[in-house]
Amino acid sequence: MANATTQTDIQQSIVQQQKSEQRKKQILNLVLLVLLLLAPAVMYPVFLMKILCFALFAVAFNLLLGYTGLLSFGHAAFLAAGSYTTGYLLSNFSGLTTEMGILVGTAAATILGLGFGVVAIRRQGIYFAMITLALAQLVYFFFVQAPFTGGEDGMHGVPRGHLFGLVDLSNNYAMYYFVLAVFLGGYLVVQRIVGSPFGQVLKAIKQNEPRAVSLGYNVDRYKLLAFVISASLAGLAGSVKTVVFQLASLNDAHWHMSGEVILMTLLGGTGTLLGPVVGATFVVNLEYQLAQGPLGDWVDPILGGIFVLTVMAFRSGIVGEIQNFMRKNMS
Amino acid sequence: MTEILGVPVAVLSGQLMLGVINGAFYALLSLGLAVIFGLLKIINFAHGAMYMLGAMCTVLIFDAFGVNYWVALFVAPVIVGCFGILLEYFLLRRIAGQDHIYSLLLTFGIALILQGVLTNIYGVSGLRYSMPEMFRGGMNLGFMFLPYYRAWVIVAALLVCFATWFMIEKTRLGSYLRAGTEDSQLMQGFGINVPLLISLTYGFGVMLAAFAGALAAPIYSVSPVMGSNILIVVFAVVVIGGMGSIAGAVITGLMMGVVEGFTKVFYPEGSAAVIFLVMVVVLLIRPSGLFGKEA
Repeated sequence: MANATTQTDIQQSIVQQQKSEQRKKQILNLVLLVLLLLAPAVMYPVFLMKILCFALFAVAFNLLLGYTGLLSFGHAAFLAAGSYTTGYLLSNFSGLTTEMGILVGTAAATILGLGFGVVAIRRQGIYFAMITLALAQLVYFFFVQAPFTGGEDGMHGVPRGHLFGLVDLSNNYAMYYFVLAVFLGGYLVVQRIVGSPFGQVLKAIKQNEPRAVSLGYNVDRYKLLAFVISASLAGLAGSVKTVVFQLASLNDAHWHMSGEVILMTLLGGTGTLLGPVVGATFVVNLEYQLAQGPLGDWVDPILGGIFVLTVMAFRSGIVGEIQNFMRKNMS
Repeated sequence: MTEILGVPVAVLSGQLMLGVINGAFYALLSLGLAVIFGLLKIINFAHGAMYMLGAMCTVLIFDAFGVNYWVALFVAPVIVGCFGILLEYFLLRRIAGQDHIYSLLLTFGIALILQGVLTNIYGVSGLRYSMPEMFRGGMNLGFMFLPYYRAWVIVAALLVCFATWFMIEKTRLGSYLRAGTEDSQLMQGFGINVPLLISLTYGFGVMLAAFAGALAAPIYSVSPVMGSNILIVVFAVVVIGGMGSIAGAVITGLMMGVVEGFTKVFYPEGSAAVIFLVMVVVLLIRPSGLFGKEA
């Protein structure tokens, strides 16, 4: 009898702990949301929008790396597909409203993601990384040579246009709240996916793929769907980024960008929801600060150094390490 | 007689030769990747950087000490190989038990550092390395002109590939390597120093890349960024061939060089992309690669 009581006691305390943890998370999210809403009052909105775009890109990437265990080394292709498509549409069809341009750009990235996914999920592990890298290079060559992309120069002067034909996005504050809404939408989609039964299967695949297969899951289909969703959100980030900066550039398609999003995710914390956001904020800030100072030419080696340091010393990333620390010291 | 499919024979055979030379470099590089992958089970993203280091080293020791080509061809790979062993010992080894994704990212970070630092010192425009005296000029084969140096590149690359094959398949050291590829824990149980073998293997793979770099120095523009683009092509080659066999890596490398050369003749715009397209087709038809064993 006594034994049984202690057991229920323990169960209850676990449930309570989980509840209090959840409440803490909710409070944290609420605080972050308020900060994001107020941020343009104290910071330059365009800079904030840059962070939000890359944060969305990293969140999309993390759905693959952090929750499915697939390392794509070609996510720049989706960013660029969204970016170029939206840029082309908004520049050439003046009747088009901004959100239509963004939607079609996202659709283009989604279709590209389907193509990549069908080819790449045929191999696992490091082959997957090499294949996505090679495919992204193919896309890069396409964007260099295609007649509508402006080649090495990229596209400039993309009009921001009017949202739903009503809201003038050339106002930076209007633009900011639109980007924030898109970011939150993307973030919530990923959060929802991760918490859903579908997300649980993805995690099972990450932990042990053969086991997921033997449990009867059609692993390839799950991986493909995760890949396409991730590509789609990455394309959305690219589309929005084009509208914000009014340009689409070849940098977005370069393998360097694929490496950068990996770094953001890894540094922030793979497999945590907030990690990629923190990582993106950190990397974008760092690049900005370095560009201002005398170390402007040293961005690449410094990013490389952070890569090495993160892999060697704190693989869980900033958010992951904080979580580990809290778990160890608070309970 | 002098035209095939509307293309002059001289142009065709010239491009074919350039293709074979590119293929020789792909072969050397993918061979190194395959050797490293076999034992360490990691893909060396720093391979392009090591190729670049080999070429840079050849130029720099010539400028600083007047080291001649033949010595450099030996010394540059040894220097870079030792550097690789240090990397393995101080960095790669410490995360050996982790997911292979981390070692991939580690080598990627190392490549970024190397490329970035050297770019800041030497710029991206490239260094000049003059062709060794004895290789100037060439011979006329009747249907085409064959520069001596290009002939030497093909011969040297094939010799090194053959020597590597011989060492791995026919010597005692190679048998350790192959045993380690199968089951390194069991081999450790037999009293073989596996950590040392791993260091040497990584060093050797890196040496092959640096040798390719030294070989490339007189004909390609030597610059800190020369490694990154060729590496992506080599990855595609490795996916096409599969990393299962040495002969497979070499044959696929040469073949892809030739395919690229042909494309340059008939559809120049597509020459940069053709190897990636071949990769897609191979993956759709035969996912494990042309010579791959695993599913």
